[in-house]
Parts: sequence; C-alpha cells; structure tokens
Amino acid sequence: MTGNLGINGDSAVALAWKQVDPDVCAAYPITPQTIIVERFSDYVADGEVETEFVCTESEHSAMTVCIASASAGARTVTATASAGLAYMWETLGIASGLRVPLTMTVANRALSGPLNIHCDHSDVMAARDLGWIIMFAENVQEAYDNAIMAMRIAEHPDVQLPVMTNLDGFILTHAIERMTPLDSHTVKDFVGEYKPLYPLLDVKNPVTHGVMDLQDSYFEHRYQVNQAMKASANVIEQVFKEFGKISGRHYDMIETYMCDDADYVTLTIGSTAGTMKAAVDELRAEGHKVGAVKLKVMRPFPAQKLRDVMAGKKCVAVMDRHLIVGVSGPVFLEVAADLMDLPDCPKLVNYVYGLGGRDVMVEDLKQVYMNMMNDKQDKVNYLGVKL
Amino acid sequence: MTTSLKELSKIPMKLTPGHRLCAGCAEPIVARQVLMATDKPVVVANATGCFEVSTTIYPYTAWNVPWIHTAFGNAAATCAGVESAYHALRRKGKIDQEMRFVAFGGDGATYDIGFQSLSGAIERGHQFLYVCFNNEAYMNTGIQRSGATAKGASTTTCPAGSCVPGKQQYPKDLTMIIAAHELPYAAQAAPHNWKDLIAKAAKGFEIGGPAFLNTLTPCPRGWRHDSDKTIDMSKLAVETCIWPLYEYENGKFRLTAESARIAEGKMEKKPVSEWINSQGRFKHLTKDRWMDVADAIQEEIDRKWNKLIQLTKL
Repeated sequence: MTGNLGINGDSAVALAWKQVDPDVCAAYPITPQTIIVERFSDYVADGEVETEFVCTESEHSAMTVCIASASAGARTVTATASAGLAYMWETLGIASGLRVPLTMTVANRALSGPLNIHCDHSDVMAARDLGWIIMFAENVQEAYDNAIMAMRIAEHPDVQLPVMTNLDGFILTHAIERMTPLDSHTVKDFVGEYKPLYPLLDVKNPVTHGVMDLQDSYFEHRYQVNQAMKASANVIEQVFKEFGKISGRHYDMIETYMCDDADYVTLTIGSTAGTMKAAVDELRAEGHKVGAVKLKVMRPFPAQKLRDVMAGKKCVAVMDRHLIVGVSGPVFLEVAADLMDLPDCPKLVNYVYGLGGRDVMVEDLKQVYMNMMNDKQDKVNYLGVKL
Repeated sequence: MTTSLKELSKIPMKLTPGHRLCAGCAEPIVARQVLMATDKPVVVANATGCFEVSTTIYPYTAWNVPWIHTAFGNAAATCAGVESAYHALRRKGKIDQEMRFVAFGGDGATYDIGFQSLSGAIERGHQFLYVCFNNEAYMNTGIQRSGATAKGASTTTCPAGSCVPGKQQYPKDLTMIIAAHELPYAAQAAPHNWKDLIAKAAKGFEIGGPAFLNTLTPCPRGWRHDSDKTIDMSKLAVETCIWPLYEYENGKFRLTAESARIAEGKMEKKPVSEWINSQGRFKHLTKDRWMDVADAIQEEIDRKWNKLIQLTKL
C-alpha cells in the first residue's frame, strides 16, 4: 500500500497493526479507542491477519492477557483510553516491572468525574510514573508511525519495556487526515520477527515470571527498570533514524519550531503542537521572536535536549492538558525540575488548558505568547476556563 | 492416566520441596496431585496469595515448570494470556507440541477479586484448568473473611464476639455458579481422596475447553486445627457433606467417591457438629449462646445436600 490515504487516527493505528500482524491482541472497547478494535476485528474476520484476538471482559483482564501473552513469547498489542487505562493501572506497573515488551495505543480522554469522553491527558499523566515508555502524536501520520516504531523500541534487548503511544481522543482518533502509509512488506521488514528473551512457552527451559521480591531485591529490580528506561533513549533515536530512512519522516524526542532566535517558547504535547505552530507563524509574521517545542517522547524524559533548547530564553510556557489538583500541570513540574539549575534558566510559567475536550484555538495560543511578552500572567494559569 | 501410588511416585516433581508454605498446608498437596494429572508440558499461572509468595521468593523458585504470576484478581486472565500466545504461535508453526495450562488461586482470588476474570475466561472458552485452593478465608493477609468463608467461622474481620457469632452469611456456592456457565467441566474435590482429585484434574486437562476444579484445602493456621490433622479435616468435610465431591460434565451432575456412597446409603453422613467441634474457628458455636447457629448450619447443609442429589437425577 502506498500513496496518500484519508483516514482517522484510530483506523491508522489498526492499519499499522494489520501490517505488523501481531501474534496476540487483547482489548476491551472504550470510546474513543473503539474504532481501533473495530477495524482490527474486521481484519481478523476477513482473515487479513493471523492474530489471536481476545475480547476480554475488562481492561484489567486485557492488560493481564497482554502481559502473560508477551511473557509467553508472543508479540502483543492492545489499546485503551481514559477509565480503561485507569482500570489497568495495577497491571501497568507489572508490565514494566516484569520487563514485558508489549505496545499499547491510548486514545487520550478525560478521566471521570463528571463523565466526559473528550480529549485531555488526565489518563496518560496518571500513568506516567509506572515505567512505560510514553510517546505522543501530533497528527494521524505520527499516530500510525508511532504504533510501528513502538514495537522495535519495546523489543530491543537493551530496553524490554512496554511502550504506550498516545493520540488525542476525537481530535486525532476520529478526525480524518491525509496520511501516507508504508507498504506492508516494508513494515514487516522494519519490525522484524519477535525474539522473546525468556518465553514461558520454552518448556525445556522453564522460567519463573513475577516472583515475590522482598526488601533485599525489589529496590534493585526497580533500579534496573530505571536503567532500561535511560538506555531506551539511544534505542529510540536509532529506531527514529532507521524509520526516517524507510519513510522519509524524521523524528526526534523533541521537535523544535522557530526556536533558534526565539525569546519566548512554549512546550506542548499532542495535537495542540500543530495549532501552536500556526500561532507561531502568525506571531512571527507580526515580527515577534517566538518559538515552539513539541515533546514527542515523555518517557524517557529528554532532559538534556530540553535544557539545550530552553537555555537563555526569556520565558518558557509549559502547556499541560492535565491538572494535578492543588498543584499545577505535571509537565510543568518536570520541566521546572529539569531547567532549575541552568545558569541562564528562563522564567517558567504553566498553562493548564483543554480539559475535557475544551477547544484550543490559534487565538488562545497567541494569547499565551502575548502574556509572556507582556509578563502579564501567573505562575500557573488556566487557559480558557469560564469563571 | 495412571492412578496407582507406585506409578505416581515416579512422576518427576513439578513443584519441588523447599518452598516456604506452613506445616500442614494443603495447598502443595493439592497442587502436586493436580500436576500429576497430566503428562504433557504444563504452564502454571498463579494468583497472588500464600502459594505464590511461598514458592517464589527471589532469588529462589520451587518451580520446575514454567510459572507466571501477575496480580491477585487475574489468575484466569493470566492463564488465558499464555494460552492465547500458545494458540497464536502454534498456528504460525513456532510451537509443535501440545501443552496444558493451569491456574491456581485461593478462594479470595477466585470467589471474590478474581471472579470476573474467571467468568470472562470461561465464557471465552480458553482451554485451561482453573484450580481453586479453597481454605475459606484470606489466609495470606491474616485470616480475613471471604465470600467462601463458612457461616459461623471466626476470622479477623468477622470475629466471634459477645454479640456476633463469627461470619453471619453462608458462603457463595461458586462451583454451582461456575457450572451455570455451562462449561465443559467443573468439579469439587478434596486432597484426602487423591485418586478422585487426580482423576478430576486429568479430566479437566483433557476436556478441550475451560475446566474448573474447586478443592477444599484445609489451613491449620486459619482453621485452628493441629497441622497433622489436615487430611482428617479434608475427609471430615466430605463425610459431613460440608464439601460434597461431585462433578459437572457436559451438562450432567454426578456425585463421586465418598459422596456417592453417602447418597447411596452405603456410608454414614456424619453430623455437622463433628465438623464444628474439630476446629478452633468454630469454638464459640459449641457454647449454648450460639447453639442455634450450629443448628441452622446443619439445616442449610442438609438442604444443599438434598438439592445436589436432586441435580444428579436430572
């Protein structure tokens, strides 16, 4: 398959899975992830994949089946959103702690309550400390590309960690965009054959997975997860480079836009990064020295790359689509901790925005830059909230 | 499938000695009997609980077969995941031998927190044997009540006090609930009758779909009996009809072993008072204050026993 497609983000992820033809997929339907599992069910029903497709009775069981299946030696994928990710929470830490290289797409949606089905990052941010590699997509193309690259990253012997690829609910999951898929042979060659390290189904070499770790060993094992996460940065860059060669699409853990001479910079995750570029274009046309940074990979946290870009800027606004109630946005805290010891640390401000799918327009984002330039803002700001 | 003791003693041990379970614990006895029931390579999934923590304290393992534990409430889904991988890899020609899959979980992991996971895995038709070690309480966390705890039993969260006679509810009848899934095979067994238990486990392994084996596993710590009385307790539970031995196979209920003989009048049905008197967890029920509770338990056991006999006639 080559040429452009008009396709929504969920269907693009399902297409990536079809081209990979994973061994096992276990999932539970939840808006706005549903199209992924529906399209994939079509591929199963029409014999276009050989995947063992397991429709579980809950997300807790979906993630459990995935952990066990990948531990058994099968390349395994799943997808969820919002409450589904929350329901998996217990098992997410088990997936990373047991060093299970599965991949999951999350269609980002607000956590209840009140009930809301639209986009924000409260789901992924509540799962950010559980040892998963976490990637975001700005558009449908990236959602597709990430789903493919994630397998290579997860399964690398130096990594052996689960990877979560996020795409904004409805904004990307349901909106149709132009996308250029790879042909299926290229995808299959790129991901290669899954070579599990200590599979349960190797019955001649029995292994014990998921032991009881006491005070004398748990700390060391968590430390090893941390080491693997750190080591994954090199692997991610290498996979991005290889993917660039086959696709012509070149990614980095962060993407900078008009940052070199900028005094005022924003940091954004997900689909808003595209809107932010439009805001930068308009302000640049008016003569303002502004730029934008997109955080594509949040785990591992690209600390040095951000320091290199942000050093010497007048002000940096961190955009958070999630609110740690009583504190601020979470990305703000991480950026602040990262930059605080820079000799020329910029002024740092936080904008919490877009909760529960609240639209964010170019004008809103231009206002963020205007506030920075006029220094008329609080440390933590709530963009677009009706008070 | 062989069931002579001489032959069974020659089967290589899948669960080795050196684990840290209590003296008198019935869990390793049941597990060994179950694992003797298949000569095919077997993969074990285990819920969190005594059995899991005592057999796999890092860096040691008591397991000579592949074994996986993920969490408490998902042993069935864990087993289903391994089984799904097996089917996928077998279809792709990456595995060329037949294998069997077994999940072990305590009553807390099975009757309570893992009930949904078990029900879902059975409905989906995974080919696996789920074995419940029913010791009638959360023993690993210190003897708290579960949905399997017997009425009148004193536990740390339903203690017998001056106003309350231990647990006030009857246990959930999980074997019947599982049978209501109309799965290929479900059964109750107890370790004193190894022949019956092994035969049931063997059927479960070979039935070609989901199978459920609910085993009564006496716990000296939680039940307050001497650790050399475990097998006696198992036997007495069957003789008093507290724990009937039966199986549900392709829609039919059938009593087995001692329970079949009791129903046929060939063996005495012992009074529940013998059961109550044998364990410290029921000690308060022997006092005049709570005699009516003991009587009510006998009535309920009789009612359920008669109902089971009726079911076997359908």
